[in-house]
Amino acid sequence: MTALLSVSDVAIRFAGPARPAVDGVSLDLRAGEMFGLVGESGSGKSTLANAVLGLLPASATVTGSIRLEGRELLGLPEEELRAIRGDAAAMIFQDASASLDPTWPVGDQIAETIRAHRPVSRREAERRALELMAEVGIPDPARRFRDAPHRFSGGMRQRIVIAAALANDPRLLIADEPTTALDVTIQAQVLQLIDRLRREHGTTVLLITHDLGVVAQACDRVGVMRGGRLLEVVATADLFAKPSHPYTRALLAANPATAPRGSRLPVIPPEWSVEALDG
Amino acid sequence: MTTLGLPAAPRRAPRPRRPGRLILLGLLALLLLAAAAAAAPWLAPWDPEEMDVIGVMGPPSAAHPFGSDVMGRDVLSRVLFALRASLLVSTSAVLLSLLVAIPLGLVAGYFGRWVDGAISRALDMILVLPAMLLAITFIAILGPGSTVAALAIAVIYLPILARVMRTGALVVTRNDYVLGARARGASHLRVLLTHVLPNALGPVIVQASILAAFALQLEAGLSFLGLGVQPPTPSLGSMLADGRDVLTQAPWVEIFPGLAIVAAVLAFTVLGEGLRQAFDPEGVAE
Repeated sequence: MTALLSVSDVAIRFAGPARPAVDGVSLDLRAGEMFGLVGESGSGKSTLANAVLGLLPASATVTGSIRLEGRELLGLPEEELRAIRGDAAAMIFQDASASLDPTWPVGDQIAETIRAHRPVSRREAERRALELMAEVGIPDPARRFRDAPHRFSGGMRQRIVIAAALANDPRLLIADEPTTALDVTIQAQVLQLIDRLRREHGTTVLLITHDLGVVAQACDRVGVMRGGRLLEVVATADLFAKPSHPYTRALLAANPATAPRGSRLPVIPPEWSVEALDG
Repeated sequence: MTTLGLPAAPRRAPRPRRPGRLILLGLLALLLLAAAAAAAPWLAPWDPEEMDVIGVMGPPSAAHPFGSDVMGRDVLSRVLFALRASLLVSTSAVLLSLLVAIPLGLVAGYFGRWVDGAISRALDMILVLPAMLLAITFIAILGPGSTVAALAIAVIYLPILARVMRTGALVVTRNDYVLGARARGASHLRVLLTHVLPNALGPVIVQASILAAFALQLEAGLSFLGLGVQPPTPSLGSMLADGRDVLTQAPWVEIFPGLAIVAAVLAFTVLGEGLRQAFDPEGVAE
């Protein structure tokens, strides 16, 4: 099977700290799969995701190779990256509610994505935006088109953001903790929505999360990151059935949902601390 | 915005703020002054430059409601025409300054790094010079006149307004919706104009209206020194300078232009304070 996104030996350093934020990560995403990237805060998963679309601050240096459908993205000029963002590859952020401009009607923000990439009229873009709002399950989209983001609930805003991300039918969708800011029932709805849209449109999804429940529910394969390194990549079923890497085993053991009731949760052993990884 | 019958959230400030009233009051006063200034040729009972040898320093009367000055010119007519020059110079100075400051501050705050460094350091060089000295230097080079005065004031305000714009842009650029718009494929220019500018403009508008009040004072100061509007065209500053010599004999020559300055400055300040409470509660503009 061909890789849609191919990350090989990527290292990302920031101007200040000596430790790289991402250290020699290689990873292939198969077309159409939902790939989960899990890890603790600071494990480098979001940094890696931002690097794919060239959205890291200028203080970051990225080495290695990131290919989307065979095309090298690293070192691409800003204008060519801009043409890819929101078109071939789209991204949803940690706090998707905050990624909508508070002063703008939501419909216009979806239409903006379309008009950034397609030479369509305003009217045509708005018509398409309305369709997208309906597709992600916004009730009465025609009436809500001109509403500002603050008039929507968190879950509805998330749907708007997903609609904007999928406006140009991207081949790759990077979802950076898309459900973290939502409560559990809405989380499930949003995950189901992403999963449904991915199946209908054949989109490949890179789902970044620290929630193993989310992984179990939605992903085909999982990569486990720790201290900027990718420790292992396994099929989701295998992750829970027979975790091979000791850090993964420790991580799973620390999950309150699976630990024996009333017992103390085990702590991540010190040999998997960031300091130990350095040594 | 919601129509739920919930009690209002507790107020943070002990005193209820009514920015709407201040804005309305300031705007109303300003419009009144501007209308009077604009209609000066029709409102003024006399020609502001016409001298009357017999009526020199006449006290306020039915014919000359504000009295007449040392050359027998009608003070009311002169105040109306002077207000015209003062408002024109102060507002055009601030608008001109905004025209340059907004793009500079926006670009500096958005791109940061060396772009910010280059723009901010250049603006700091203007900022270190005392305002009046800078204006006088300008006039020494270009010669006196209302256009030069407006230009000088615009240059003085450039770093102040650009800084406020930069701070606003800096804060807004950190928001996820800016990154979000970029991730959706919007260009830098588009992000700047449609997302950063509208969200960062509030404090700049506030600062501009407050600075307009100071611009009026600066213009009056320059004209007082004979560096602004040139005679025989009346200006509030030069009228103050004229009236100073006859303060004990004919105080009305001094009092009425002084009151006009107070009224105009107050109008701008009240408007600015109202706008500040409404659009900049965190005080970025200060």
